[in-house]
Amino acid sequence: MPEHEADGQLATPTHEVRDFLHRRREQIAQRWADEPLFRTVFTVSRDEAVEAGKVVVDALAQVADSDQVEDPDAAGFSEVREQLSRMGAARSRAGLSNTQVSSELAALRPPVENLLAADLEQAPPEHLRACSTTLTVLMGTLRLVAMQSALSEWQALSDRQRMQLLEVATPVIRLWDGIVAVPLIGTLDSARSQVVMETLLNAVVDQHARFAILDITGVPTVDSLVAQHLMKTVAAARLMGAQCIVSGIRPAIAQTIVHLGLDLDVITRASLADALGYALHELGADIVNPGAGQR
Amino acid sequence: MHTAAGVEACLPIRSDMDLVWVRQHVRQAAARLGFGLVEQTKLVTAASELARNTLVHGGGGQMEARHVSSGATQGLRLAFSDEGPGIADLDQALSDGYTSGGGLGMGLSGARRLVHEFDIESTPGAGTTVRVTCWAAQPPRPREEV
Amino acid sequence: MSEAYSRPTTGHVPVLRLGDVLLVTLQGDLHDSTAQQLQQDLSETISRTGVRGVLIDISGVEIVDSFLGRVLAEIAAQSRLLAARTVVAGMRPAVAITLVELGLTLPGLSTALSTEAGMELLARQAPVTRPGGPRQESP
Repeated sequence: MPEHEADGQLATPTHEVRDFLHRRREQIAQRWADEPLFRTVFTVSRDEAVEAGKVVVDALAQVADSDQVEDPDAAGFSEVREQLSRMGAARSRAGLSNTQVSSELAALRPPVENLLAADLEQAPPEHLRACSTTLTVLMGTLRLVAMQSALSEWQALSDRQRMQLLEVATPVIRLWDGIVAVPLIGTLDSARSQVVMETLLNAVVDQHARFAILDITGVPTVDSLVAQHLMKTVAAARLMGAQCIVSGIRPAIAQTIVHLGLDLDVITRASLADALGYALHELGADIVNPGAGQR
Repeated sequence: MHTAAGVEACLPIRSDMDLVWVRQHVRQAAARLGFGLVEQTKLVTAASELARNTLVHGGGGQMEARHVSSGATQGLRLAFSDEGPGIADLDQALSDGYTSGGGLGMGLSGARRLVHEFDIESTPGAGTTVRVTCWAAQPPRPREEV
Repeated sequence: MSEAYSRPTTGHVPVLRLGDVLLVTLQGDLHDSTAQQLQQDLSETISRTGVRGVLIDISGVEIVDSFLGRVLAEIAAQSRLLAARTVVAGMRPAVAITLVELGLTLPGLSTALSTEAGMELLARQAPVTRPGGPRQESP
């Protein structure tokens, strides 16, 4: 373009790139709108994709203006961070792997580079090379920012899902006035047992439960760590004034507990029904089978 | 986003009364950083144990609270320092049931179990610094948003 | 200090007598010396009044560290020597979880879900027989 030829002075590569981004804003956004990343995220209208593209081009120009092309924390990126993470998250929800999203982001670079090369056709080759390098670095930083934002979004999503899963897997059932039970199913790791403990103890308060039954029928193995978690729950319930009963100890688990030399200093019952019977008896509500008395 | 305002502070530990301020500051800071109730309680209890150690064994000192973050996770780092006699045998001091004062011997070893990161530096004759960090690791639980 | 901080409890904690039971309600952040003062007040009151039960309501307590844990355990132990039983009522779940994690399970302590449950527990106790017959009021 004529400016730098006129005064014989070449702009610095970053400022050249900045001016180029301002000048070609519309064309770049138009080309990006056809790339899979924009096309599939903004499905409603192509105009929407073009507008989103322009916002990203503006952010890049702002970063180039501040001479921070290598800095993912540059002020210019903060505007687009949220938008980029939404795009990344949308693509991952569509079933794409991180690598695929990353290569879709990489695909944004060639159209811009081609435009730059066309613009600087008349410029000295070394200036074109310097500008191309700057643009490549800038686009690389953009990709980094996008991946960072998308990854933290995925992390938050997976944390939420993990917590929901834990909660869903830990229902507390009110069996009787003053008796609650948690049927534990699956492996008890330390995050899960933390949730179990909190959920059960909160239920003890809410339901004024003097008895809390931990049913481990669905727990495949009891190692010393699981036993330790169970004991902590029992001890915490006792401090609150409630009594825990562990039920559903299968013969194999009883053997393991003995083999491990664990001292389960707690009331245990073979089945949930037995545990309920014990708790009812303690509460003074014995179950009488009317048929049995007539024999 | 959680703000660091009211989180960072440096509090003196010179008397029984200061232990109360330490506990209240740690509770407020942890609440502000989005800690759940159980995590708050654990951290405040650990702070109480460590501040009491600073007072009783270190002859007084200070607690410095700092806001730390790792990615999107917020954390609170507390440093308790004194210029007291120091601890000669760290392993012994960190074991359950060991006590040099009149406590139950659960102060140091117990506090260690209540936090995510625990680090102790002690030079006999020059003082002791204990640094602990707790992360508000658990994302907000849907049940609490109701 | 900021005004947002709640006023810590200092001095004496009121000890209420309800028939045969002393009722103590702990609230907020307890000063170490207040806890120790309570321990002393309780032993004196038990010995003076000859009550057979002590009920400590800690539902308003946000943290119990090893110091307060020890004070509670010692109150229970000294009351037992004075022929009174101690029940700690209303511990919050977060406090219970923290105490267990801290390694303090306080095995010698009787507990109850609420003050009502605690009163029931103390009432269900058979009257404690004191060696040396009925106690005289101390002069």
